[in-house]
Amino acid sequence: MSSLQQYIDLYRDNHEALDRGSAPLLNAMRPAALKALEGARLPDTCDERSQYTSVEQMFAPDYGVNIARVNIPVDIAATFACNLPNLSTLMGIVVNDFFTPTSTLVNRLPQGVIFDSLRKVATEHPDIIEKYLNKIAPQTDSGVALNTLMMQDGVVIYVPQHVELAKPLQLVNIFSSPTPLMAARRLLIILEDGAKADVVVCDHTQDDAQQYLASQVTEISLGRDASLGLYTLEEASLRTSRYAQTYVKQHDNSRLNHHYAALATGVTRNEFTVDLIGEHAESLLTGMAIGMDREHIDCNTAINHRVARCHSNQVFRYVMGGTSEGVFDGGIVVTPEAPYTVAYQSNRNVLATAEARMHSKPRLEIYNDEVKCSHGATIGQLNEEALFYMRSRGIPAAEARVMLMQAFMADVIDTVGLESLRDRLRHLVEMRFSGQAATCRRCSEPTDN
Amino acid sequence: MEYTDNDMSDNLLLDVKDLHASIEGKEILKGINLQVRPGEVHAIMGPNGSGKSTLSEVLAGDPAFTVTGGEVDFHGMDLLSLSPEDRSHEGLFLSFQYPVEIPGVSMVNFMRAALNAKRKYFGEDPMSAGDFLKLMRQKRAIVELDNKLASRSVNEGFSGGEKKRNEIFQMAVLEPRLSILDETDSGLDIDALRIVAGGVNKLRSDDNSTIVITHYQRLLDYIKPDFVHILYNGRIVMTGGPELALELEERGYDWIKEAN
Repeated sequence: MSSLQQYIDLYRDNHEALDRGSAPLLNAMRPAALKALEGARLPDTCDERSQYTSVEQMFAPDYGVNIARVNIPVDIAATFACNLPNLSTLMGIVVNDFFTPTSTLVNRLPQGVIFDSLRKVATEHPDIIEKYLNKIAPQTDSGVALNTLMMQDGVVIYVPQHVELAKPLQLVNIFSSPTPLMAARRLLIILEDGAKADVVVCDHTQDDAQQYLASQVTEISLGRDASLGLYTLEEASLRTSRYAQTYVKQHDNSRLNHHYAALATGVTRNEFTVDLIGEHAESLLTGMAIGMDREHIDCNTAINHRVARCHSNQVFRYVMGGTSEGVFDGGIVVTPEAPYTVAYQSNRNVLATAEARMHSKPRLEIYNDEVKCSHGATIGQLNEEALFYMRSRGIPAAEARVMLMQAFMADVIDTVGLESLRDRLRHLVEMRFSGQAATCRRCSEPTDN
Repeated sequence: MEYTDNDMSDNLLLDVKDLHASIEGKEILKGINLQVRPGEVHAIMGPNGSGKSTLSEVLAGDPAFTVTGGEVDFHGMDLLSLSPEDRSHEGLFLSFQYPVEIPGVSMVNFMRAALNAKRKYFGEDPMSAGDFLKLMRQKRAIVELDNKLASRSVNEGFSGGEKKRNEIFQMAVLEPRLSILDETDSGLDIDALRIVAGGVNKLRSDDNSTIVITHYQRLLDYIKPDFVHILYNGRIVMTGGPELALELEERGYDWIKEAN
């Protein structure tokens, strides 16, 4: 029996309470989701696209769901004690799935820009929700349907036509619960024609000993000439599981720069699906993973070139230590309707211990002759010659290793569009490679909360 | 940089006694004996495969080699018991025959890490950013190393000559007591050779010593040796003055091979 069943049962027994804690527009989507889940199951190792990660197993344990929306206190200062140094952002915080804007956010958002609770936006701006929510992600997908069935709130970022945000928006996801908890998280990012925004998302946990599970669905629509920088940092804990599905639709001449950094997690399965549906759209998808202990990090990408003259590039770097396991399953599909496509992919990996594992699988499906495509995948160790060279100059072995691993990540970090975030990532990567927890907790700068 | 002076062994800087070393079970060094005093320049010559580079790498502590016998005293310290980084701190420097490219690690970070590791070893605070940059400028001038190279990744995209100049630049920064130059002349045109050799000569003093490993007499026109050793089949088979290098240039290595 699928691990979905417990959620279906939970819904059947509690759908009234669930609906009460949400908005009518969202509640109206649940019956279709329930129907999609009947007889369905989550991705498992018998599925080709999920060969090394069982999402079924991630969802099998009995987590609690906060349907009654009991207010769980969270010490935000302790969990997320720092801002991005030298980077002033407009911040919103999601505790489990509750959205809380910060005081500066409410006052400083430009006219017409929305960065708010999905539940609230569903009531105040139903037109936006009706137009986009569950229109970008496939409703028949079991993960999306489960999220739709269980979601009560979420976050909407909406930037109207030709509005360019000067300040990055920052979304801080925090898990906090006295008992094991599953949260259905939703993020909807809409950039209308000519809009421009940078969004930083980071995942944290209040208590590293508690077990958390995130079902996370992100839908992104980029209008003509829109430009989005989306930078996701996962700084959770070994007992946290995350199933994150991101769906993007890009119209003519739009730009996406999406970076994902796995700095700390338990089990993570990411699915990035990008549909290039307007000509001259550009998509840059980068990721880095630092695996330690028994972490499991799986990034599954699908960039679908559906029209002519689009450009995509995927760059992923993994350094896996301990007994961790990494997966990169990188898809590019060039349809017959997409001549003059340029699509690149590169996945390089370092195994830092004998017990670490890496699976790299480039998947290119090209149904058109007029394309320029390339892919490359390597799995290896740190360069011993470089290590000796550095030691012979007096650099201690441990420090030399950190420098080499940092250097390995350098080209991915360089793709991040915000300079202060690049500095922050370099610092976090250095801490992580030095064997320290890469969390914001060590920083001294307080938030404005 | 202050050095602790624990030189006890008859004013010898380096004393190699019956050194044996192997790689993957194959013995390369078969009993090397070599004594170097402060201020001396020694040239080690010999045909390909005689063990010249192995000797330099074993002295620098390359973990690829296994020392199977003998001992090495380095100004009163048991060199073979030290890690490569501590050998560097104690004043040993190897100029690599093939300097390694390290993409993503900038020359500046590389040198700062090296210099500050040494300072830490001697209980000193890290160098200030201003002093560090001043030092880099000074030392770059010795080998006419372009500032642009200094801002790039270590050796990445450097020409052969630039890599060798970069080695001597690093040597200038680290101020070693003993420098081992492993075929520093290979791949250099005559102008680059003059610059590199000029750099080495500028760094010479009565206190520090140099071991020059080379195939050719040519480099020894620029860096004048006090002693010339011939290494053949893992042993030093002949030692003489500078005239030995000239004799080798004239007669080749065959007479050495025949005599041994």
